[in-house]
Amino acid sequence: MLYREAGQFKTTYVADQQIFPILQDRMFVLAVIVAAFLAVPMFASPYLYTEILIPFLILSMAAIGLNILVGYCGQVSLGTGGFMAVGAYAAYNLWLRVPEVNNLIVVFLFGGVMAAAVGILFGIPSLRIKGFYLAVATLASQFFLDWLFARVKWLTNYTPSGSVAVGKLEVFGWHIDTPADRYLLILGLVVVATLVAKNLVRGHIGRSWMAIRDMDIAAEIIGFRPLRTKLTAFAVSSFFIGVSGAMWAFLRLGAWEPLAFDINRSFQILFMVIIGGLGSLLGSFLGAAFIVLMPILLNQLPGWFGIRMSTALLSHLEFMVFGAMIVFFLIVEPHGLARLWAVAKEKLRLWPFPH
Amino acid sequence: MAARVRSFPDVLLSVENISLSFGGVKALTDISFDIAKGEIRAIIGPNGAGKSSMLNCINGFYHPQQGAITYKGVRRSQMKPHEAAEQGIARTFQNIALFRGMSTLDNIMTGRNLRMKTGLFWQALHIGPAQREEIENRKAVERIIDFLEIQHIRKAPVGQLPYGLQKRVELGRALAAEPELLLLDEPMAGMNIEEKQDMCRFILDVNDEFGTTICLIEHDMGVVMDISDRVVVLDYGKKIGDGVPDEVRSNEAVVAAYLGVSH
Repeated sequence: MLYREAGQFKTTYVADQQIFPILQDRMFVLAVIVAAFLAVPMFASPYLYTEILIPFLILSMAAIGLNILVGYCGQVSLGTGGFMAVGAYAAYNLWLRVPEVNNLIVVFLFGGVMAAAVGILFGIPSLRIKGFYLAVATLASQFFLDWLFARVKWLTNYTPSGSVAVGKLEVFGWHIDTPADRYLLILGLVVVATLVAKNLVRGHIGRSWMAIRDMDIAAEIIGFRPLRTKLTAFAVSSFFIGVSGAMWAFLRLGAWEPLAFDINRSFQILFMVIIGGLGSLLGSFLGAAFIVLMPILLNQLPGWFGIRMSTALLSHLEFMVFGAMIVFFLIVEPHGLARLWAVAKEKLRLWPFPH
Repeated sequence: MAARVRSFPDVLLSVENISLSFGGVKALTDISFDIAKGEIRAIIGPNGAGKSSMLNCINGFYHPQQGAITYKGVRRSQMKPHEAAEQGIARTFQNIALFRGMSTLDNIMTGRNLRMKTGLFWQALHIGPAQREEIENRKAVERIIDFLEIQHIRKAPVGQLPYGLQKRVELGRALAAEPELLLLDEPMAGMNIEEKQDMCRFILDVNDEFGTTICLIEHDMGVVMDISDRVVVLDYGKKIGDGVPDEVRSNEAVVAAYLGVSH
């Protein structure tokens, strides 16, 4: 009953082209953001920050990046982990070798820009190869980048096994010490990144990506340049992924080695995008929440009900239930959790009437 | 209805001795004709005659092995599709080639992509030049939506629209580019009589109001003879007739190609 757009007339194109044209949506999203900034720090424990909120937010950003490439531009990529590693190590090298640049925002942006450059390089084959074959080509980039950070010692400052660590962190004089500081910094960056991603996908650049995704031949004939369009998608996507990789390294791990960004990371983020919903920014968040939170929830659940079982059984059970849930969701709604949400909203507009 | 007789002094596009083959299959053999500025030019012929291949050559999707195309006074043997689009050639497709994941509005907005130039930075912020550009182009698109009478499906995903409306949206996307030459590949295939009448009306109105030159492929002879100024007939990749509808109708080679002859 509350979710009605009746009476909300648009009299300008600006009003019609807002991100959330419906008033209730605007209020809801605003409330979520305000709560995330103000209410969460009032009660959150360090465990909630480091194990749930921080991984969720950072991986959401990586999922947004991958969703731009796979969901909006239709170019399947399995190189996400590699691009995150590029972001992380590029940021690390700037932070290490240029001590004057100690502002984390600048460090992260540098990581993103380097990842974008590498993304463009590995995106060039996408002009000639499509679909599964492109996935294999990007898989090669994953292995190449894994190898690069394991073998080129300069990149990891000659540390054994490529394991590096960062120390004091600050942003514009604000020292990032506690989990709450990290959380607020990440939250701010993710909100900005989401807004930027939304602006890009609703403008002519986003339409060019979707045109290439839906029908590349028609897109070319009405004047889009396929290579340029695909490379912009690779660049923007890798930029987001690179920044998220730098955040993951600096703010989640603190000390890391190349293994943190191996092929499993690529798969994890691709699953987030597929389960959350291809071509939906909301889906990136839902998918990240599902993949990050569900294993934790499944792990905790028996304890809440006072059921005791061995750790081994618990972890096996977690894998089985989690796998079954993925299959279930993909059968019920192949377009992902975001579509379920959209359908629910559509129903809510009419509720309690059937038509 | 009497055939309309209009005269067009200027040639917009001329095709000279085009030959196109795929491996051993000759799709087009030594075709020459011209399209005058402001006319409605039809290309007809039995299935497999090379009509769509001809359009694909004109907008640069196929590169003919021989011959040249002169468009707006510039003669070239090859052109890339996006160059053709930049030069003002737009087209629709025989099998609907809409972007199925996008709304009607977004599909038609893609037709204006060549007029939208703001870079990543402004697009990311979506203020200033980016927003102004978006609104200006939206206004132009809304005029096309009004013209084609598809206001009610503005926000609908095109994949869910009925066939006739999809064809109309595709015409809208081509019109959004404000082309000088509009290539229509079977705009009325598979439509019922009302939809055909609507489509004829739109084609004539586009030609009258915007002065757009139209080159269309169509199998409905009634439509072709009524709305086109001149007709080219192809059969097995060769040109067998060219002229005003009445001439073509009485051309024996054309009648033979369509109806067959007794030997």
